[in-house]
Amino acid sequence: MTELTRMTAVDLAAGIKKKEFSAVDVAKAHFDQIAAVDKKLNAFLFIDEDGAMAQAANVDKKLASGEFLGPLAGVPVAVKDIFTQKDIPTTCGSRILENWRPPYDSTVVSRMKNADMVLLGKVNMDEFAMGSSTETSAYGPTTNPWDTSRIPGGSSGGSSAAVAGFLAPLAVGTDTGGSIRQPAAVTGTVGVKPTYGGISRYGIVALASSLDQAGPFARTVLDAALLHQAIAGYDPLDSTSINQPIPDFVAAAKHKDIAGMKLGIVKEFAGEGYQAGVLNRFNEAVAILRNLGAEIVELSCPSFTYALAAYYLIQPSECSSNLARFDGMRYGLRVDDGDSSVEQVMAATRAAGFGPEVKRRIIIGTYALSSGYYDAYYGSAQKVRRLIADDFNAAFSQVDALISPTSPITAFKIGEKLNDPMAMYLNDICTIPVNLAGVGGMSVPIGLADEDNLPAGMQIMAPVMCDDRMYRVAGALESALVSSWGGLLLDKAPRL
Amino acid sequence: MSKLSRDELRSIADLARIALTEAELDQFSSQLDVILDSVAKVQEIVNDEIKPMSHALDINNVFRADVVGNSLSATDALAAAPASEDDRFRVPRILEEE
Amino acid sequence: MNLFEFENVITDFKPVLGLEVHVELNTKTKVFCSCPTNFGASPNTNVCPTCLGLPGSLPVLNEKAIESIIKIGLALNCQIAPWSRMARKNYFYPDMPKDYQISQYDEPICFDGFLDVLVPNGDDSSKIRIGIERVHLEEDTGKLTHAGGFTGRIHGADYSLVDYNRAGIPLVEIVTKIIPDTGELAPEVAKAYVATLRDLIRNLGVSDVRMEEGSLRCDVNVSLMPIESNQLGTRTETKNVNSLRSVERAVRFEMQRQAALLKAGERVKQETRHFHENDGSTSPGRSKEQAEEYRYFPEPDLLPIAPDSKWIEQLRSELPETPTAKRERLKQAWQITDFEMLAVVNAGALDLIEATVELGTDPSAARKWWLGKITRIANERGVELEQIDITPAQVAEIDQLVATGALNDKLARQVISSVIAGEGSPGEIVQKQGLAVVSDDSALLDAIKEAIVAMPEVVSKIQDGKLQASGALIGAVMKATGGKADAAKVRKLLFDYLGVSQD
Repeated sequence: MTELTRMTAVDLAAGIKKKEFSAVDVAKAHFDQIAAVDKKLNAFLFIDEDGAMAQAANVDKKLASGEFLGPLAGVPVAVKDIFTQKDIPTTCGSRILENWRPPYDSTVVSRMKNADMVLLGKVNMDEFAMGSSTETSAYGPTTNPWDTSRIPGGSSGGSSAAVAGFLAPLAVGTDTGGSIRQPAAVTGTVGVKPTYGGISRYGIVALASSLDQAGPFARTVLDAALLHQAIAGYDPLDSTSINQPIPDFVAAAKHKDIAGMKLGIVKEFAGEGYQAGVLNRFNEAVAILRNLGAEIVELSCPSFTYALAAYYLIQPSECSSNLARFDGMRYGLRVDDGDSSVEQVMAATRAAGFGPEVKRRIIIGTYALSSGYYDAYYGSAQKVRRLIADDFNAAFSQVDALISPTSPITAFKIGEKLNDPMAMYLNDICTIPVNLAGVGGMSVPIGLADEDNLPAGMQIMAPVMCDDRMYRVAGALESALVSSWGGLLLDKAPRL
Repeated sequence: MSKLSRDELRSIADLARIALTEAELDQFSSQLDVILDSVAKVQEIVNDEIKPMSHALDINNVFRADVVGNSLSATDALAAAPASEDDRFRVPRILEEE
Repeated sequence: MNLFEFENVITDFKPVLGLEVHVELNTKTKVFCSCPTNFGASPNTNVCPTCLGLPGSLPVLNEKAIESIIKIGLALNCQIAPWSRMARKNYFYPDMPKDYQISQYDEPICFDGFLDVLVPNGDDSSKIRIGIERVHLEEDTGKLTHAGGFTGRIHGADYSLVDYNRAGIPLVEIVTKIIPDTGELAPEVAKAYVATLRDLIRNLGVSDVRMEEGSLRCDVNVSLMPIESNQLGTRTETKNVNSLRSVERAVRFEMQRQAALLKAGERVKQETRHFHENDGSTSPGRSKEQAEEYRYFPEPDLLPIAPDSKWIEQLRSELPETPTAKRERLKQAWQITDFEMLAVVNAGALDLIEATVELGTDPSAARKWWLGKITRIANERGVELEQIDITPAQVAEIDQLVATGALNDKLARQVISSVIAGEGSPGEIVQKQGLAVVSDDSALLDAIKEAIVAMPEVVSKIQDGKLQASGALIGAVMKATGGKADAAKVRKLLFDYLGVSQD
């Protein structure tokens, strides 16, 4: 039998139901793997072994008593440390929230609990999700299971490393400008950024409220679809959650037939800065899609050239406001010499509690929103956002979905770009327009780049509330690639 | 676009309630210049005709009914407080008036 | 501090007013979460992740709050915006859990309305139309208590304590356009505006509007311009002026203070000021000379508010009778003049008198009790009429005792005082204190006989036909019975005893 940690979520759930192994066996196997290899990865910030083993035992008990269980019952999941989980530390990778235990569950967490999933613990991330490498975490960088001298992407790098490193079959992350898709691409995993409003943001510590969206990480398209299905849907606690029936992602992932679908390649996603090996794999994947019967067209979205600039105004602006509450008054760190005023304590707490990238973005955002600059910066960025949404609408009137490389490059070395913010920001050049428009985006592995033998990903983008289309394209592509590779891309990763 | 002066940076940091060190002021002012130069690009393609987009969703009027739900106990509310007294959050003396 | 004589302020300057009134809505739950809003709950028990601003929490708008503000807007003759957004007002303060307030910026839900108010002007009254600039929705802050030090004020405190029960209670801010050209009436206009607004909102049933509990709070902007100029002067904003009387005093004080400065060739500083209830003065607060930097931007966690005309018309149809219409109706019913009605309104007695009349009391009697003894007690205590501990039912009971002859007016006033002092119901007080009119003929006759013996010369005058002289005898009898006799009855018994016809 396959090692439990290398099985897909689908197979784990089936095995548990058939009592080939118990949920407790599955959880135990994962904790053993975490104990064995996480010192190399530093994916987990908090391991909830007691809680998880109790959840797993409960699943076995329910199963023994003949209770009906959902499709992910007993399947372990790693939770990005941005989701609140009652009484479990939630740090967002920041000193300022060290030891904070929220008194409530995020909707995503409560839905996973209701689905009888086993929550293994909280995984690392760039501080407050600001970064593309998980290096800005106050708790040290997470490494890439393909090469531990390299980054696992970010900000959801703990989630991608946990899934790619076989510490968890599934993980949840969040994506504000690419923070699920880019880590998925550079670790050879599947990552999905759903339509904005598709999954509740309640209990997700906000980076940029109008851009943030939670989504699944998995090793296969079908596993991602199952997790997505479990956590998606309207939530009255989030005003921006869409009150409509959610599409059937699982059926779409199983569909495998894309004959007649029209896919668009955005001309603007190419050129300088794109690694040749990434583009090679992308072009091969396009050829496969064509062979599977899809019609491929090239089209232009001129405003996308301005997306990065607009994003680095809107996101810092919203974050400067969202992170104001971390002031040392109600929870988290307080730096107080006992003799200072509230104003001084707040400023000292924030100086000590936030890392440099967070400070940079708060300052940019504060500046961009201030009265003399609002129109030139924030106001203009919101107009660019409108143009980008218009370009997507025009594109989706011609094609069913859009495709591009997910990240222009493969995983880079830890420390390589940390002191060059602009170079770091370029990682998200293909993923950012998706968040600005609120449409869906997904990354699937398409092979290893020639130069460095590191994973590359293809991004599939679909219109609002049509996330099922991404699964249909990804399912078909994955199926073709897996048969050519003779297994998952991750099977080629070195054993840790 | 004008460069961010050191004084300007300091006053923005004050507004953002972050006590920056001299070293941070030095480092940030050069980095922020680069970033601000780059993001200023947004001004190139906008005009007065374009309606700013604040929300990705084209949905209005999302309300909830006026029905009382669960609250936290004072103990839970104050559990994470750095300091508390008489079931209230204790904060250092306040200099500025609002 | 120098103050200029009020009469002289008016000859040299034109006051310009602006009023910002905050009203806490009486929704069952807070504006963005389902925590209850009851006043006086134990500290930090009406709180949840959202109103504590915990990381990850999100706001969801209370529909009732939107309906309430639209009703206020309609009652103030405002336009209702077909599309508006909430906005974040960013500033750090420990009473604000998120360090930003969800409010509205350049897109208020209601705008451009007016409210007519009546102010006494000599023996007549003037109707003044106050323009309404905007009516917007926002959230209240937590409550700070300053500890250590001596004063309980923010300055000199060692530390402060925060209770977030109030944080997130819906607040409606009503901002007037500038109010020019009110001259010497300015203080009265300000007071009448707040009183009229309070009645209007109470009448809508959307707020308790209790100034003493802070559910209606008023900021008063005052500036002066020289009489020959049309150039607006520098204004001050006196914060948290929390009674009708204080509104009037604050305006008067600021006019006198600013005039003294300008007369002395000094300038008025743009600042917020604090009002002091004890002496009616104001003192400087925060300087507003530097533009504030609130970095407003549209609230991304909430979607736009776009009431359609059907909803607005539905809300309009639910509006109760307006205070103006109500005054007109009651003026007719009670058969009183505009001026008399104004006295009723300015005393804050309209609803109290209406309730008393509904219990069967004659309108003129009800007005007499409320505007007389009870208003005097309220004035002595410096509180609003409605805060005095006597109910319309108790006043109606007292009036009934007078109507049946059990009490006379003097005794009735004594009973009113005792009821207010908490000594019991009118019936109990009459019993306990033996206040009932003396109607025992023999007791009265004994007193009459004593008076006759004491004042034989008065008796001769009466017997000579000078009936008006009887007053001295009646007075003596009243005095002897401690005021408990019915004067008409004494007169009859006296004349019967003397065998003189009353006519």
